[in-house]
Amino acid sequence: MDLNTLWFILIAVLFTGYFFLEGFDYGVGILMPFLGKDDKGRRLALNAIGPHWDGNEVWVLVAGGATFAAFPHWYATLFSGFYLALLLMLMGLIVRAVALEYRSKDQNPRWRALWDWLIFAGSLLPAFLWGAAFANIVRGVPIDASMHYVGSFWNLLNPYALLGGLVTLSAFILHGALFLSLKTEGALADRARNTAVQLWPAVVLLAVAFLLATYPVTDLFAQRGGLPLVLAVLCAVALLVVGLFLRLRRRGWAFALMGVTIALLVSFLMSGLFPRVMVSSLDPANSLTIYTASSTPYTLKVITIVAAIMVPVVLAYQAWSYWIFRKRLRRDDLLEY
Amino acid sequence: MSTLVLSRLQFALTTVYHFFFVPLTLGLSILVAILETLYVRTGDEKYKRMTKFWGKLFLINFALGVATGIVQEFQFGMNWSEYSRFVGDVFGAPLAIEGLLAFFLESTFLGIWLFGWEKLPKALHAATIWLVALGSSLSAYWILVANSFMHQPVGYTLNEAAGRAEMTSFGALLGNPHVWYQFPHVLFAGITTAGFFVLGISAYHLIKKSPDSELFRRSFTIAMIFALIGSGTAGFIGHLQGQYVYKIQPMKIAASEAHWETEDPAKFVVVAGIDQQGGRNTWELTVPRALSFLLFNRWSGEVKGLSDIQAQMEQEYGAGYHMPPVAVTFWTFRIMVGAGALMILLALIALYLVWRRKLVRARWFLHLLPFAMILPYLATSSGWILTEMGRQPWIVYGVLRTEDGVSPVSGATVLISLLAFALVYAALMVANIYLMSKYARQVPAAETH
Repeated sequence: MDLNTLWFILIAVLFTGYFFLEGFDYGVGILMPFLGKDDKGRRLALNAIGPHWDGNEVWVLVAGGATFAAFPHWYATLFSGFYLALLLMLMGLIVRAVALEYRSKDQNPRWRALWDWLIFAGSLLPAFLWGAAFANIVRGVPIDASMHYVGSFWNLLNPYALLGGLVTLSAFILHGALFLSLKTEGALADRARNTAVQLWPAVVLLAVAFLLATYPVTDLFAQRGGLPLVLAVLCAVALLVVGLFLRLRRRGWAFALMGVTIALLVSFLMSGLFPRVMVSSLDPANSLTIYTASSTPYTLKVITIVAAIMVPVVLAYQAWSYWIFRKRLRRDDLLEY
Repeated sequence: MSTLVLSRLQFALTTVYHFFFVPLTLGLSILVAILETLYVRTGDEKYKRMTKFWGKLFLINFALGVATGIVQEFQFGMNWSEYSRFVGDVFGAPLAIEGLLAFFLESTFLGIWLFGWEKLPKALHAATIWLVALGSSLSAYWILVANSFMHQPVGYTLNEAAGRAEMTSFGALLGNPHVWYQFPHVLFAGITTAGFFVLGISAYHLIKKSPDSELFRRSFTIAMIFALIGSGTAGFIGHLQGQYVYKIQPMKIAASEAHWETEDPAKFVVVAGIDQQGGRNTWELTVPRALSFLLFNRWSGEVKGLSDIQAQMEQEYGAGYHMPPVAVTFWTFRIMVGAGALMILLALIALYLVWRRKLVRARWFLHLLPFAMILPYLATSSGWILTEMGRQPWIVYGVLRTEDGVSPVSGATVLISLLAFALVYAALMVANIYLMSKYARQVPAAETH
């Protein structure tokens, strides 16, 4: 396997980590105004992700940085082409990060309500936009022979992309509900579980619709000797098993399987995309690939060495942070946020 | 306005705004870590209360630093895609490594520190805030490695066929002399910022005779040391940096001194009216020989003027205007150095008063310090404007011009984002200042959680 392929996989792994970890953070942020019936309940929900959300968010920064370092043309075309969509996402991420830290630092109920809705909006935007972005990447966008995006913002608003956005949005909300049911105790945990049960059929419906639409809209299923198709089917199966565990009241298993579902969703999309990194809808020859978009072998070698040393260290201390805060939160616990 | 102008405005806005929060994060993380270490060492609950008091302000500041830092990671691709294509092979690596090495460390351990007071043994808990401080400093180093490549491109070769710069030596990038002036300069500026921040707020409480003024007397002394070491070192390194930059970017130094004609010995222009089109100063106040002395440590020595450097660069890079905006660089340089000198003076007075135990009686000085909190912000903002404007019209000095780095997006698109950033950033600044002043005025809580 060459380094270009390795970095394609690594970036897929970084996005998987991001969607898995920030996925439930976004879900919690979206559910918090509704499931937390009072201020204490909302604080309980936020404190469940309190020690982790900031570290989780770094996954997307590193995914972005890795894209820049390993595939500069991918980074340049994607970020300049999806400009306004990314602006919306940035606005969401900025206000959300500040809101999480600021909402409990004043007693005024209006202050808290304002930041709570900003947490909601700041979680909703990226949760939707990442799905739409990946759907557009695999569906294809107008890219010319010089690797420039030549469409407009409206090219990004197509039914397949909107469906993709709804898939990640609904999946992250479900993921967040499962996380809350696992991470808290009492009424909030019960409400979270009930929400998960109610939400699950909608997620299944959207996901299956998206997987089916992938067949006519993209060429993913024709790639890699049918591997993406297998992964798509496995993704659907994993999601169905989530429902089974929900029914059996196995919270931990349901959450774990939801994580598997998210990982399979990314794997299915990325394996179908490979070796391309952005599909051109104008001419297949214009598609960016891991070879045309990449850095030099020297640079790839440098970042591979750094990643080989640092990734295990990061994984170890992030895992440790989850171990420290493994206890379920209750209403009478001390709450930082 | 054109995409180029709007993109530059937006970059200036988002970056200067981001850097309102970075220096305090750099310095205050170290100060809080020292306070908690003192708590662990002495078992004195007062240090714990100080740790929590300053830690709270640290967090309010940190949140905005992180939030606005996300933009930094995205905007090279969004607004400067052609630049990103051109330098990505060199510039992307330090950015990715910054995330992997520094952001993860900083963010993960801040979460552990904030929520882990009751969960970790004391010493281990103190270690987590040291890791946050380490992460912040590492982050500064890596982003400055990337930035230094724009000022002094090293360790690369131009691949004409691919139309880009390609990395040939990662070691050269890390050892770039430019970053080894810039990084300590920024780090000690951060220490200075934290020093004056804590001095200002402590002075406020000492004037108000808040209960537990002992806490603020101790904070004051530690902050005084920060301010003294920080401002002195940042100033000294800044001086060496100026001498060095004259070697690699003589244009920037000539512009920041409004030095139009080559002279030996060269006079130092203290203040002047600048006529860039005419290529001269309309009036000026000068000190003979002083510029030669500042640059070469002796009272003579030829200092190239703007017009000669322009001619020289035309020969080297072809016809075109190679001068940065002289008035901007000239005045930002004076604001930075003026604020810096004032901070050194204030830190020395603070040292004297603490030393002679006259602090509490020197009420005029305590009244002055809360206002001095603005000084490090003036110095760091004008310092960045100076160094980045002084590099113009280059985005990578001598290699790529700024106009060739901009994304092929429409001006209207960038206008939308510029307005969105301006609005959201203004609103967040209001919230930040509100919370900062609220918590800064509070008396540190007795040990409850």
